[in-house]
Amino acid sequence: MKSVFFLLALLVAALFVASLLIGPAGIGFGDSLAALFRGEGGPVVLVMREIRLPRAILGLLAGAALGLSGAAMQGYLRNPLAEPGLIGVSASAALGAVIALQTGAAAAVALALPLSALAGAGIAVALILLLAGPRGGALALILAGIAISALAAALMSLVLNLSPNPFAGMEIVYWMMGSLADRSMTHVALAAPFILGGGLVLLSLGRGLDALTLGEDAAQSLGVNLPRLRLGVILGTAATVGAATAVAGAVGFIGLVVPHLLRRLVGARPSALLPASALGGAAMLLAADIGTRLIAPDADLKLGVLTALVGAPFFLQLIWSMRRVEA
Amino acid sequence: MTLMALDALTVRRGTRPVLDGVTLRVDEGEFVGLLGPNGAGKTSLLRGALGLLPIGGHSSLAALAPGARARAAAFLPQGREIAWPVSVETLVALGRAPHGAADPGHPAVALALARMGLDGYRGRIATALSGGEQARVLIARALAQETPLLIADEPVAGLDPEAQIRAMQVFAGLAGEGRAVIASIHDLGLAARHCSRLILLHRGRLAADGTPREVLTEVRLAEVFGIRGFHAETPDGPVFQPLGVIR
Amino acid sequence: MSGSRRGSDRLAAVLCLALGGAGPAAAETAQPPARVVSMNLCTDQLAMLLAAPGQLVSVSHMATDPLSSAMVEAAQAYRANHGQAEEVYMMRPDLVLAGTYTSVAAVDLLRQLGVPVVQLPPVNALSEVAPQIREVAVALGRAAEGEALAARFEAGLAALSSDLPPVSAALYYPNGYTAGEGTLADDVLGHTGFRNVGAEAGLTGGGTLPLERLVMAEPRLIVTSTPYPGASRSEEILAHPALAALRRTAGVAVTTDADWICGTPALLDAMAAMGAAREALP
Repeated sequence: MKSVFFLLALLVAALFVASLLIGPAGIGFGDSLAALFRGEGGPVVLVMREIRLPRAILGLLAGAALGLSGAAMQGYLRNPLAEPGLIGVSASAALGAVIALQTGAAAAVALALPLSALAGAGIAVALILLLAGPRGGALALILAGIAISALAAALMSLVLNLSPNPFAGMEIVYWMMGSLADRSMTHVALAAPFILGGGLVLLSLGRGLDALTLGEDAAQSLGVNLPRLRLGVILGTAATVGAATAVAGAVGFIGLVVPHLLRRLVGARPSALLPASALGGAAMLLAADIGTRLIAPDADLKLGVLTALVGAPFFLQLIWSMRRVEA
Repeated sequence: MTLMALDALTVRRGTRPVLDGVTLRVDEGEFVGLLGPNGAGKTSLLRGALGLLPIGGHSSLAALAPGARARAAAFLPQGREIAWPVSVETLVALGRAPHGAADPGHPAVALALARMGLDGYRGRIATALSGGEQARVLIARALAQETPLLIADEPVAGLDPEAQIRAMQVFAGLAGEGRAVIASIHDLGLAARHCSRLILLHRGRLAADGTPREVLTEVRLAEVFGIRGFHAETPDGPVFQPLGVIR
Repeated sequence: MSGSRRGSDRLAAVLCLALGGAGPAAAETAQPPARVVSMNLCTDQLAMLLAAPGQLVSVSHMATDPLSSAMVEAAQAYRANHGQAEEVYMMRPDLVLAGTYTSVAAVDLLRQLGVPVVQLPPVNALSEVAPQIREVAVALGRAAEGEALAARFEAGLAALSSDLPPVSAALYYPNGYTAGEGTLADDVLGHTGFRNVGAEAGLTGGGTLPLERLVMAEPRLIVTSTPYPGASRSEEILAHPALAALRRTAGVAVTTDADWICGTPALLDAMAAMGAAREALP
């Protein structure tokens, strides 16, 4: 299992470097690194340090946030379909971000953007845990998720359509599908503290989630403080998904695909799956972001398009396998 | 030494008490069988005693902090849930969590596996096992917790006869080591044969508490279960066999 | 795009369309139209400049948008329309001015209802401005006024054209949008002593230029748009630290506005501003 983590870390490192080296400006390998580390090369320095580096860092952070929160929610609900995008947490975070932007709160206080997204995500997670019940039955979970997603998307469209800014209404796709194009260190500074803080909270829940493998009663009898665990899941997911969505939009399916692929490799223990999914999520988002630049360099292809193309078949396969188990 | 003391334990569902003022103690060395028809309050008593439900009255275990309670009593719930395809040793090692780390290498894990006849199962995926095998793995998890008291809700339901007898012998063996077990059991024959003491619940109240011979009387069987049975002392110990339904 | 088509050909085509759609009533020799409705930002401005008092009934709501229209104050004297067939038809126009690419469905419907419609393509070069002024003037029955305005524009164009050696400039709008070759903005840059980075990057017409390619091109001047009220991610790129750093080294940056959008004499103001910016660069 150590080798799984080693390989994942290696993959993330390779993709991070690739993300730094691939871009429309077509700068050579040596020039890129010289500019990045030594600040040599005039405009190349600006490209590397102000455009590509923040993009790669955000890909790493947002991907880790989504993979980790997916693994944590699945562990808590004991349901492999629980994923921030599918159950409306990302959409609600996007709604929070859009409200902060359109009310001018984000312009007045920069922190209002991640905080408002965090609040949106937190409300959605709390609602999901309430609606889906303790065991997180698949049907209740997905139905609750559909309702929350639809409501959040509708409210977001409303806010954006009512904006005096003609561009805002065209950005519904961005908020629904996500993109890392033209992000800056400002966004890194806004999102990183919340993603790192929330990520630490989620990683600390591993033992409680392991015990939950046996059900709520058994977990409690093993000394797990369930209310505190639930609060940790809500706050950790809200902080990570909220901050990631505030700067990158709602990117779906990473929290579904990554834990699904890695579960067997780490022996299915939620405590091992959490850090593995953080690495895997970072790898998947970095790969998707590189994909958007390679497939359609000038079209600003949205991240969620690629993650959904990969993720939706996984989702269908999961439903298929669950159907067979339940039948 | 008393391992669990309940004083007027009451559990309500809405306003209706499903467990009504039960007072009892479980001391070390006892294997207590908790009997009663469906809905008598057995599960409520076990969960209430652990503080998994809001309770009235007092329970010595519920009064403990979660960590201390996990080292005082292990609980095997009725719903046999294994959410993820973890290996058997990983699952059993979860019982070690209250003592520090869920380490599959701890001797308690090996001992618990051996006690439940699961020596060759360490690396098997728990969710891929049969229902009976899963039940044994879950019992092994509770054993690995190595607590003075084991509380089990219908631990032998659905097991084959060999596994049932093995499990009951393991529980009796724990009592023999100076620990204690309280287990709800529907099979009156198994209870009579293996338990040192039986507690009979009827409509949320304590109907009888004593040795198998004292508890499983004709009158009580008729009143509480609506059945009649055959009772005998044999060289293998007490034997009880339900025979028919009254009315 | 039809930008390369010559103005005279287009005039003939437009008249044919008008004749075909409305019969002899709209012919050049007939009565000038008395109730004109304009449904397009650019035809709005030309109509306001050229129409006789009382002749123009309504202009599009865009004409009062200060970020798009160079004639906001004038437009406030007219009823606003929103490019919808029903509201335009109820104004009982005897001539409708529309763009080639805007409100296409409404234009089709109005034609079916017997309303004469003159559609004008967007202007993509400074040389196309005067012909279009004359074209609109003819449609309004105001040929003399059109000729005078066109002549004034051509004189201004000649006066403001710069002969300084061209330096690089980039037009940079929300979403990384820029104007390449064959655009009005490109032509303005060309006439005022600049080379257009967007055109040099190989763009024809409008398109996006990734921020890092803009940075690598090291333009001497960056022309950006005035942000709209309310927030949008599209406009965030204009506040990107890389662009800010570029602006510090690129010297004076001029914000573009309504003067640049349409083929009207307001272009002369844009040219004057760009000419001044060029003079300021070493």
